[in-house]
Amino acid sequence: MSESTLVLGQLFNGISVASILLLAALGLALSFGLMRVINMAHGEMVMVGGYLSYMSIQAFGQGPGFFVGLVVAFICTALFGALMEATLIRRLYGRPLDTLLATWGVSLILQQAARSIFGPTGVEVTAPAWLSGSLALGGTALTGFAVPAVRLFIIVLAALVLGGMTLILSKTKLGLLVRAVHQNRAMAEALGANTRLVDLAVFSLGTGIAGLAGAALALMAPVTPTVGQSYIVYAFLVVIVGGLGSLTGTLFAALLVGIFSAVTQIFTSVSVADVLLLVSVIVFLQFRPRGIVFARSRALEET
Amino acid sequence: MTAIASAAPLLEVDHVTVSYDGFKALNDLYFSMLPGSVHVLIGPNGAGKSTLLDTIIGRVRPTEGRIVFKGEDISALPEFRIVQRGICRKFQTPGVLDELSVEANILVAATRDRRSWRSFTMTRSAAERERVEEVLTMIGLIAKRKLPAAQLAHGERQWLEIGMVVASDADLLLLDEPAAGMTNREAGATAQLIRQLAGRHALIVIDHDMDFVEQIAAPVSVLHMGSMLAQGTVEEMRRDPQVAAVYLGKAPKGAADAHA
Amino acid sequence: MWNKRIAYGLALIVLAAAPLYLAPYELSLLGRFLALAILALGISLIWGTAGMLSLGQGVFFALGGYALAMHLKLANADAGALPDFMQWSGLDKLPWWWEPFRSPVFAVAGVFILPGIVAALLAFLVFRRRVSGAYFAIITQALALAAATFVISQQQFTGGFNGLTGFGSVFGFSLTDQHTQLALYWITLGALALAYLATRLLLDSRFGTILLAIRDGENRVRFLGYNPLPFKVIAFAFAGVLAGLSGALVTLDLGVISPAMFGVVPSIEMVIWVAVGGRASLIGAVLGTLLVNFGKDWISSAFPDLWLYAMGAAFILVVTLAPTGIVGLAQRWRSIPMLRRPTPPALVE
Repeated sequence: MSESTLVLGQLFNGISVASILLLAALGLALSFGLMRVINMAHGEMVMVGGYLSYMSIQAFGQGPGFFVGLVVAFICTALFGALMEATLIRRLYGRPLDTLLATWGVSLILQQAARSIFGPTGVEVTAPAWLSGSLALGGTALTGFAVPAVRLFIIVLAALVLGGMTLILSKTKLGLLVRAVHQNRAMAEALGANTRLVDLAVFSLGTGIAGLAGAALALMAPVTPTVGQSYIVYAFLVVIVGGLGSLTGTLFAALLVGIFSAVTQIFTSVSVADVLLLVSVIVFLQFRPRGIVFARSRALEET
Repeated sequence: MTAIASAAPLLEVDHVTVSYDGFKALNDLYFSMLPGSVHVLIGPNGAGKSTLLDTIIGRVRPTEGRIVFKGEDISALPEFRIVQRGICRKFQTPGVLDELSVEANILVAATRDRRSWRSFTMTRSAAERERVEEVLTMIGLIAKRKLPAAQLAHGERQWLEIGMVVASDADLLLLDEPAAGMTNREAGATAQLIRQLAGRHALIVIDHDMDFVEQIAAPVSVLHMGSMLAQGTVEEMRRDPQVAAVYLGKAPKGAADAHA
Repeated sequence: MWNKRIAYGLALIVLAAAPLYLAPYELSLLGRFLALAILALGISLIWGTAGMLSLGQGVFFALGGYALAMHLKLANADAGALPDFMQWSGLDKLPWWWEPFRSPVFAVAGVFILPGIVAALLAFLVFRRRVSGAYFAIITQALALAAATFVISQQQFTGGFNGLTGFGSVFGFSLTDQHTQLALYWITLGALALAYLATRLLLDSRFGTILLAIRDGENRVRFLGYNPLPFKVIAFAFAGVLAGLSGALVTLDLGVISPAMFGVVPSIEMVIWVAVGGRASLIGAVLGTLLVNFGKDWISSAFPDLWLYAMGAAFILVVTLAPTGIVGLAQRWRSIPMLRRPTPPALVE
């Protein structure tokens, strides 16, 4: 493989990692931006989505099972998110650090439950035939460079989800309410918006997307009880870099973090790349402490 | 002090413009005040009153122009340095420290040496303790000194924050809606307090309530769309058709026609 | 005030006499948990008082532990030879940054200074730009993750996943010797008492008041003419130093320091100790550490699968039902008039 294909390959990997991070971070960014909730169990939604994908492929066979899995994963994790919001998160309104600790508790319980049910080693999901190959790109500079179909699928999925979210936020009544609550919760409440329902909808939408991401990710790597943990920290870094203003920020931050990780891995090991990523985020915050996109506030104290 | 120095303004807002993405919250605003003087700022919502205070205290930086305090340009100083030079502000939503006792709130404000490495002591200077007693008496919270600030009634919280600002012994006090949410009687007491403070401190007071403003009995400036619309006594402002127009949301001419 | 002091004095005496009535295994557990309580004091200071939640205290714990462990590895290696794990990795020369740890003075100073400096630097860089507390928590967690993966990956320099172990002796005293163990227990207890006293004094000083004020309203404090940054940096560095001391003592006690002791999960576990005890109370931090760790020891040996469920439930329940922890519950209990014991008049101040 020539050097340019190596770089190109890593660049593609970067975009692929970015699309995964985007799927994982969207829900986090929404619920943190809107409700100041730090959902540490978000990674476990990815894990649950993965196991649901595995189970539906077991039940319905490889072809249809995979699609059923995507739908089931989205619905089940969204419902779980709704349950969590209604029973736990709601009690902790205005205490972001406490939501972090409480949801970490949920995350531990889910991990241990997965370990008890599916065992500690994890399960493999084999991709349907049409996703198992790779697209070889012939041509002078790109000879020998093949794009795995699964990764391409996840990129497309992330793009679709992002497009869908943009549509929901800009065109639907829910989107209007979300924007209103985001700008001024007290005012939206005073004008009769049911902010509790908005919170519930946004939170469960976010966990649903994480579950969907998990179902798709199951094609790439074995699903283990701790699979969520390997994404959550990076997803949070994406939220920090993106800022709480918009989906655009999250998108660019995901691309930045994904490509940064992939490119630094050309020169160094994964663990050194991790350290470099953290250092870069801290350096980034020196210049943009509120991320790429942020909204101004007039309140004396911000949470 | 020479005659020239005493005539020099304490504060000069020197042609300040603050713009957010093209919207000018303050527009080439000039404003100055002498040491010990009181000035009341009124104006409709969005006129730029709070932005002006934000700019003086360093929360918002001027896009153009500068803030001169005691003859020095303070527009680029960090907020805490501006405060250390002698400006202290009461915010619109009471910014008291809820978990600290009433007394501790005043003590934190009254402390002269605010450097971290000088704070590892248990003792307070006699002057600081005396000042705390004085301020607690002034704001009428001496009986509630040990209560956490969170347990105070709304009007009392307003007074506590005024007390904190006073305790800082700043030369310029900025009071953003000090009487908001107070009963008439409480507002009257607040106005009286402001009159007492004049002389020892210069004060800028923002408020909406014309009765309250009248009781302060100080020159009034009307701010409109980031510029100074008119200045004078409360009575003059009441009679000014331009001022009436901005409050009623009509053009001056239209307002005149309506009265005709 | 005085009856509280007497109670603390009695507790100290009871703990100091523990070797008389505890079996060696229980004593070593108690010693280790008391060492961990030193770290918990720091968490109570930065989180309970100053409102800075750190999910990366394990990193400072590790810095203290490794600083001492590196010295012990060098001191116990054969003359002129490299520490065992370096030989196994095929290293033929000691890395330069290991060299200063030959000096016991450097190593012991490092236990305090290294975590202090790293903590101060991190807090300075993050809080300089007024990054919110939530972001800070996430960044400290990323720090724990990065530190653990980094140490694991640098096997030939750090001992990797197995960490540093097999010390043999410390400053000439055999670690397996009973007398050394006993002395270690008392040193730990003394260190905890000193750390408690230092933190208490810090909290009772003007510094402590400002710290509390900063949690309450950072901008209000700023607009009273204070620069909150150095207050936060000093508090965080102090907590880092306590964590480092704790790490060094635990390393001696267990005879090992490894990434499994300071990564993401152990680091957040440290927070639950303090949450259970009562985040805003120093004594709560100590009690919580002892309670959770003895609980963990008991549950994970009797019902290994239950431990994570128990800890998860502890997080959820404490945060939702008892955010002030055991100490807060006890205070509420006492403030219910019917349950309050009559106080002898002589003891009322």
